[in-house]
Amino acid sequence: MDLIFRIAAIGILVAVLNIVLNKSGKEEISMLTTLAGLIIVLLMVLQEINRLFSTIRTMFSF
Amino acid sequence: MDILRFVGIGIVATAIIVVLKSQKPELGLWVTLAAGTFLFLMGAGRLSAVIDLLRNYADRSGIDSTYVTTLLKIIGIAYIAEFGAEICKDAGESAIASKIELAGKVMIIVLAMPIMTSILDLVIRIMP
Repeated sequence: MDLIFRIAAIGILVAVLNIVLNKSGKEEISMLTTLAGLIIVLLMVLQEINRLFSTIRTMFSF
Repeated sequence: MDILRFVGIGIVATAIIVVLKSQKPELGLWVTLAAGTFLFLMGAGRLSAVIDLLRNYADRSGIDSTYVTTLLKIIGIAYIAEFGAEICKDAGESAIASKIELAGKVMIIVLAMPIMTSILDLVIRIMP
């Protein structure tokens, strides 16, 4: 359950960072922070999906 | 009641997605994925109990275990294909979703082949 809240926190943090960086004129850095946030979220969700697939594999005897 | 927890988590996840979509549309997909997998993992415990029960009854009643295993595999494939297809539809990629469903159907047909052949053999043997 906390995974969903963690992803939400990262998303909002990245959004705020973006706005601040854009206002201070550093567009490329804000682009990088967006990518970094996206990759972190992607890795976290991939672990969750891996757990889901292994559960299905064991349960339905793939 | 567990159903309250399920619905609660679903609504909370949807609310978070709405907030995130306004700021960062690309993160919405990941929250959907996380919520979907989490909800399934919560329900998986009960589902495995039902599956074990089904398997016990099948063994006791003398049904060949390959049929039950194939049946469970087909259910698993159907579930995963539907899971992937819905996620792709949410993200707006209905073309990819239909391809995933097509692949799921093909694999299910391939798995169902041996059962069909065994039924046909049975019928042919019974025919005079």
